[in-house]
Amino acid sequence: MRAFEYANPSTLDEAVELLTGSESALPLAGGTDLLSLLKDDLARPDRLVNLKSIPELSGVEVADDGVLRIGAMTTLAELLASEAVADRMPSLVQAAQGIRSPQLHTMGTVGGDLLQRPRCWYYRAGFGLLAREDGRSMVVDGDNRYHAILGTDGPAYFVNPSSLAPALIALGARARVHGPDGGREVAVEELFRNPASEGELELTVGAGEILTEVTVPATPSANATYEVRQKEALDWPLAAAAVAIESDGTVVTGARVVLGHVGPVPHVAKAAADALIGKSAAAGADEAAAAAVSGAKALSGNGYKIQLAKVATRRAIHRALGMEV
Amino acid sequence: MVDYNWPEASKRDLIGARIERLDGPLKSTGAAKYPSDIKRSGMLYGRILTCPHAHARIRSIDVSKAKAMPGVVTVHVIQQAGAEIRWAHDEVVFLAAESEEMAADALGAIDVDYEVLPHYVTEGDRDAAPETKPGREREAGEPDQAMAAAAVKVERTLSIPMINHSCLEPHGQLAEWNGDELTVWASTQAVSTIGVGFAEPMEVPASNVRVQTQFMGGGFGSKFDVDRWGVEGARLARLAERPVRLFLDRDHELAVAGSRPSAHATIQAGADREGNLVSWISDSWGTGGLPGTGTTPLPYVLQPPNRRTKHTSVPTNFAGSKAWRAPNHPQAAFLSMSIFEDLAAELEMDPLEFFRKNLGLARGELGKTYDEELGTAADLMQWSANWKPRGSETGVVRRGLGLSIHQWGGRGHRSNCEVKVHPDGAVELFMGTQDLGTGTRTVVAMVLAETFGLALAEVKVHIGDSRYPQSGPSGGSSTVGGVSSSTRRAAQDALAAVFAKVAPDLGVEPDALEARGGRVFVGADPAKSMSWSEAASRLGAVPLSASGRNPGPGKLNDGGVGGAQMADVSVDIETGIVKINRMVAVQDIGLVVNHKLAESQMFGALIMGVSSALYEERIVDPISGRLLNANMEFYKLAGLGDVGEFKVHLMTGPGYDERGVIGIGEPPVISPVAAIGNAVANAIGVRVTAAPFTPDRVLAALGGAA
Repeated sequence: MRAFEYANPSTLDEAVELLTGSESALPLAGGTDLLSLLKDDLARPDRLVNLKSIPELSGVEVADDGVLRIGAMTTLAELLASEAVADRMPSLVQAAQGIRSPQLHTMGTVGGDLLQRPRCWYYRAGFGLLAREDGRSMVVDGDNRYHAILGTDGPAYFVNPSSLAPALIALGARARVHGPDGGREVAVEELFRNPASEGELELTVGAGEILTEVTVPATPSANATYEVRQKEALDWPLAAAAVAIESDGTVVTGARVVLGHVGPVPHVAKAAADALIGKSAAAGADEAAAAAVSGAKALSGNGYKIQLAKVATRRAIHRALGMEV
Repeated sequence: MVDYNWPEASKRDLIGARIERLDGPLKSTGAAKYPSDIKRSGMLYGRILTCPHAHARIRSIDVSKAKAMPGVVTVHVIQQAGAEIRWAHDEVVFLAAESEEMAADALGAIDVDYEVLPHYVTEGDRDAAPETKPGREREAGEPDQAMAAAAVKVERTLSIPMINHSCLEPHGQLAEWNGDELTVWASTQAVSTIGVGFAEPMEVPASNVRVQTQFMGGGFGSKFDVDRWGVEGARLARLAERPVRLFLDRDHELAVAGSRPSAHATIQAGADREGNLVSWISDSWGTGGLPGTGTTPLPYVLQPPNRRTKHTSVPTNFAGSKAWRAPNHPQAAFLSMSIFEDLAAELEMDPLEFFRKNLGLARGELGKTYDEELGTAADLMQWSANWKPRGSETGVVRRGLGLSIHQWGGRGHRSNCEVKVHPDGAVELFMGTQDLGTGTRTVVAMVLAETFGLALAEVKVHIGDSRYPQSGPSGGSSTVGGVSSSTRRAAQDALAAVFAKVAPDLGVEPDALEARGGRVFVGADPAKSMSWSEAASRLGAVPLSASGRNPGPGKLNDGGVGGAQMADVSVDIETGIVKINRMVAVQDIGLVVNHKLAESQMFGALIMGVSSALYEERIVDPISGRLLNANMEFYKLAGLGDVGEFKVHLMTGPGYDERGVIGIGEPPVISPVAAIGNAVANAIGVRVTAAPFTPDRVLAALGGAA
């Protein structure tokens, strides 16, 4: 591990100043991903700026207008302990429970889950985020059993690793980002991008910026997450789907379907949502599941993930409706 | 002349009991210091630069920058320019520095220019191999004629991949020189025998090398050798004139320090209408890295009268495999038991009935044992109530049962020990064996205490040091038979000497005496007695010493066991995910010394077996030739939520106990993949032909059936 400077600010402005004041500073949240990136020499910051000492970044609260505010430094354990989250967002609870590690629950944060780097084994072995060699993708020619089936028109084949992002996007959550020029707010799905070249990051939170909170609107919805997991013990899902469904009591009036672990960014499956609208959700579940994977393309070893994503979508819809899955 | 034997059942106070391991509290509190925990004054940290290519030639190598890095003390290049490297993660440079981080940073400053050469790492495609080593064809009876005449036949190609040992404590050691005397704290399965492996390359007499291992974090067959990192660790310590701690990084550990060979086979088998196995023809191949593989013992356990086998060894650009619990048996069990179960399904026969019908074909004379074990296993699994014909389950989640049988040797290895009885009655034993986590220390203490009629806490056991009488490496389930036999012989000799001293006082011949409950007494008249310490005081001022060995007189241990296992699984046919509901394991191991630890060994084996059935495989990148899952994230192992419920049963009592002690390290790890594979086939109606049974493979098998 290369030497770096460690800074421990107690205010957000101080943290931003420390982040912008050096060549390659990085913010340190729970450290559950960043420390392994450092050890594997994939991240080479000259300074780490600890965010754990900034009180305003933690905690879950409900505002007067019913908007739920989740500080980015809220740990997964704190998230799971929140009654407000449990009451309104079973999908988020299910997603956080899918991270089957007490250690990750204790140290890992909401912001850290959203902004963790891809688990792609070519990336983690030092072949680069796009893993290209002699103009060809090593993923395409190599072993891609856990790689992307959607959003692969560009050169990226890794999958977005976030457990919480699909649930938050389906719930219409927004993210606040603080930087040298003040704050900005974006939809959670806009935190991610599908990189077009090796130099481009898959995250839109730039150098010197800090994700400070996510907010979830008060809109009531039936929501759920379903992960297809090979193991009960710690393991990233093979495919996951999160849904949020609004209805007038008879038919669906609004829906969001978001797939995780299937593409370089969380996959917002608009066609799947459209397939639910105007019907009872139960009646539209099969059609929505098929629509969720429309356009999916198999590589040499990951065709089975198309089936898994489809099943995850249908089961997430059923779970949101309180049906047995 | 002492009659070396085990006490009869009515006279056993400890043997066969459920006793917790003596070092459990030390381990669970962290007080137990493993070799990788030990720190010495002035100690340096060793790190290793390995080659990123599966096949390459070193054009040039420059360590000058690394040598100048802060904290770097010694840099030693072991493969120079011109060297050909034939597997990824082969070692190139060893160095030692003041801290682990400094050592790692120095590795990054080494410049090596490689000429990358073509590699071969995908042995599933045998036709693409640059080199194969066909083995001898073996034949019995008339396989072709019998196959042609068989009423039912199956033919399949099955595969089971290379997997890793995944020891929690990686390979390595702390080496310290004092002049030309070397002390090594090694994570090893062979305390008494690895010393010479350091002595030869270091050019010192073997008597100058002392190996110490009080605890070690798992070996499973991969830690018998000194290995290159052992020799080079000792060399770094000598060059630096300071102790050097050198343990492998996890990726290096997974890539080269322990793997089990793969096995693939195209198999035809036939049975008559009544379900008697008549024929077997197999063409198998596999790799264990560059050296290829040994022969997979096919057909496994059941030997159809007409058979032909041929095995081809395929060298690949990996480091050579190492012995993995029951070498070649789990692979052979999967390949064979799958075929036998498929034949039963073709015959529309309950596989339990099919296997029982064919037990006359079992190797050795274990047919009766298997029959009893299958009966016990079937009771524990409630097989007859729960088994349904293959493919009769409907619905999304389908349940199935499967079974497998296995065999192993497990005879006691060579073992020596010394027992001392002090004049105050204190008893201690010295033996150069090692406790791999299996409970060796506890078992030795139990035999010692049982023999002298003392409580467990009243005896002291010293192991894990090469200065003690030499005892064999812990492999092949040979340890418990060896150490319990040598201990018993030494202890019986020592006890006989004490009896000889006290017999006149008690007015009987020595062989009329017994020792139990802390007293020495006349067996026929227990009122005539004295306390153990009083008896020992008759020895005079000099402690009594007795040595024991194995093999030796008296039947104290044996080899040759059978076992039966059954699996109950649920398969989600929409996702292809397999869950274990229950596993039943029934095993004979002769006389059980510690029932709890023997069962614990079975639980561990089942966990390992479930992992290899559902998750484990070395995933190698065809492009770079590197292990892609060289970490504990993608090299998937079962957690407690993944293993289901286990029921284990040891066959004990008449017919088993009198065989003496037999090892249990390997037998229960042989059958899980086979039993689980058969349960999956029973649940979903089709055979998943390759292990592990991952969602992609299960869905592909189901798709193929549709």
